[in-house]
Amino acid sequence: MFTWIHRFGSAPNVYRLSGVLAPWFGVSAALCIIIGLYLGLVVAPPDYEQGESYRIIYIHVPAAWMSMFAYVVMAVSSAIFLIWRLKVADAVAAAVAPIGAAFTAVALITGSFWGKPMWGTWWVWDARLTSELLLLFLYLGYMALRGALAAPGESSAPSTTAARGAAILAVVGVINIPIIHFSVEWWNTLHQPSTITRFDKPAMHISMLRPLLLMALGAQLLFFHNLTVRLRTGLLQRESRARWVRELAIAQSNTPPGDNTPGASSTVVPEKPEPSA
Amino acid sequence: MTPRRRQRLMLVSLMLLGVSAAVAFGVSAFRQNLMLFHSPSDVAAGVVEEGRAFRVGGMVVDDSVRRDGDSLAVAFDVTDHAETVTVSFEGILPDLFREGQGIVAMGALDATGTFVATEVLAKHDENYMPPEVADALEKAGRMPGTEAGFERAVQVDP
Repeated sequence: MFTWIHRFGSAPNVYRLSGVLAPWFGVSAALCIIIGLYLGLVVAPPDYEQGESYRIIYIHVPAAWMSMFAYVVMAVSSAIFLIWRLKVADAVAAAVAPIGAAFTAVALITGSFWGKPMWGTWWVWDARLTSELLLLFLYLGYMALRGALAAPGESSAPSTTAARGAAILAVVGVINIPIIHFSVEWWNTLHQPSTITRFDKPAMHISMLRPLLLMALGAQLLFFHNLTVRLRTGLLQRESRARWVRELAIAQSNTPPGDNTPGASSTVVPEKPEPSA
Repeated sequence: MTPRRRQRLMLVSLMLLGVSAAVAFGVSAFRQNLMLFHSPSDVAAGVVEEGRAFRVGGMVVDDSVRRDGDSLAVAFDVTDHAETVTVSFEGILPDLFREGQGIVAMGALDATGTFVATEVLAKHDENYMPPEVADALEKAGRMPGTEAGFERAVQVDP
């Protein structure tokens, strides 16, 4: 069972699989987002209370959902890396961090744009807004920690210290996710409670809900598109000395192996792609 | 699972458990400080002393908005359906401000028990619907969310 996971989760395998999936994610994300935006911005009716301003929900809510989803992906991969030392899991976590940070920033900025006309303020330190800001800092902290702990002059393969330190931060920070989700129920906040919950009927008319769900799906697919693309780059960087990367490079260049950049073929020691202990 | 991995799994679980416990204690200890606003019931119960700045949140009582003819001064009552606080404010109210709507006001109590606000924010609820649907629901008397989340406003013992 575990040998199977290790074989499946080996860098060349994940690299190949991501390469196959990435374009599909990209195309379907673009489709969902284009149709979702059209339905949301043009077809959906205005809101009875907020008029046209509510339409920013079609960006704000999917971004906010993805900001939390991405963090869970990052935390779970970090835990897998800590326990099973699966290097690909660390690569996934490292690839997710900037994507999650971007979604969080989009959620915060669009929320601010929405807050000004509706609430009357750009920002208020209520529990929902503050915990979402904390999420942004967690992402940025994760990236900063990775960078700070990386061995000097080493940009490709991360040091074990950097990977483990960042993974611990990611796992500890996951406690913020339920806090963000339940903040609007546990405390008095200016932010309204969730419109769409697991147990209740959504508090949104179906004509407005459909584009929102489509946009959420689009954001999800966009996340996976970004993840697969970033993961491929990350794997190539950190495994740049492994044999499968060299073989890939040779296969992709038309020049015969001997004519490669001088250093590359002579200094690189052929290595077996480690099945990571 | 090798003993080594089991050990690491335990370690990660313990770490998560410890942090959760710490956060839970912290959050429950600072529960009041994490509230953005107090309800009129809190104010009536004397939770906040006179002159200290805080926020009060509730629904604007119907027919309670009194505007001054010559200035931007306005006064209205805010309720959580248990207690009511009178709020006075001078300035521009947010677009969503209207009677029956939830608001959050920043300010302090004066000697007469009136809440003098320096900022008034509108709170909106989680319901979204086209105007026609809202009209239909209103006629049928089944309008959701007229409480704008204030029914949950926490009451604090004095």
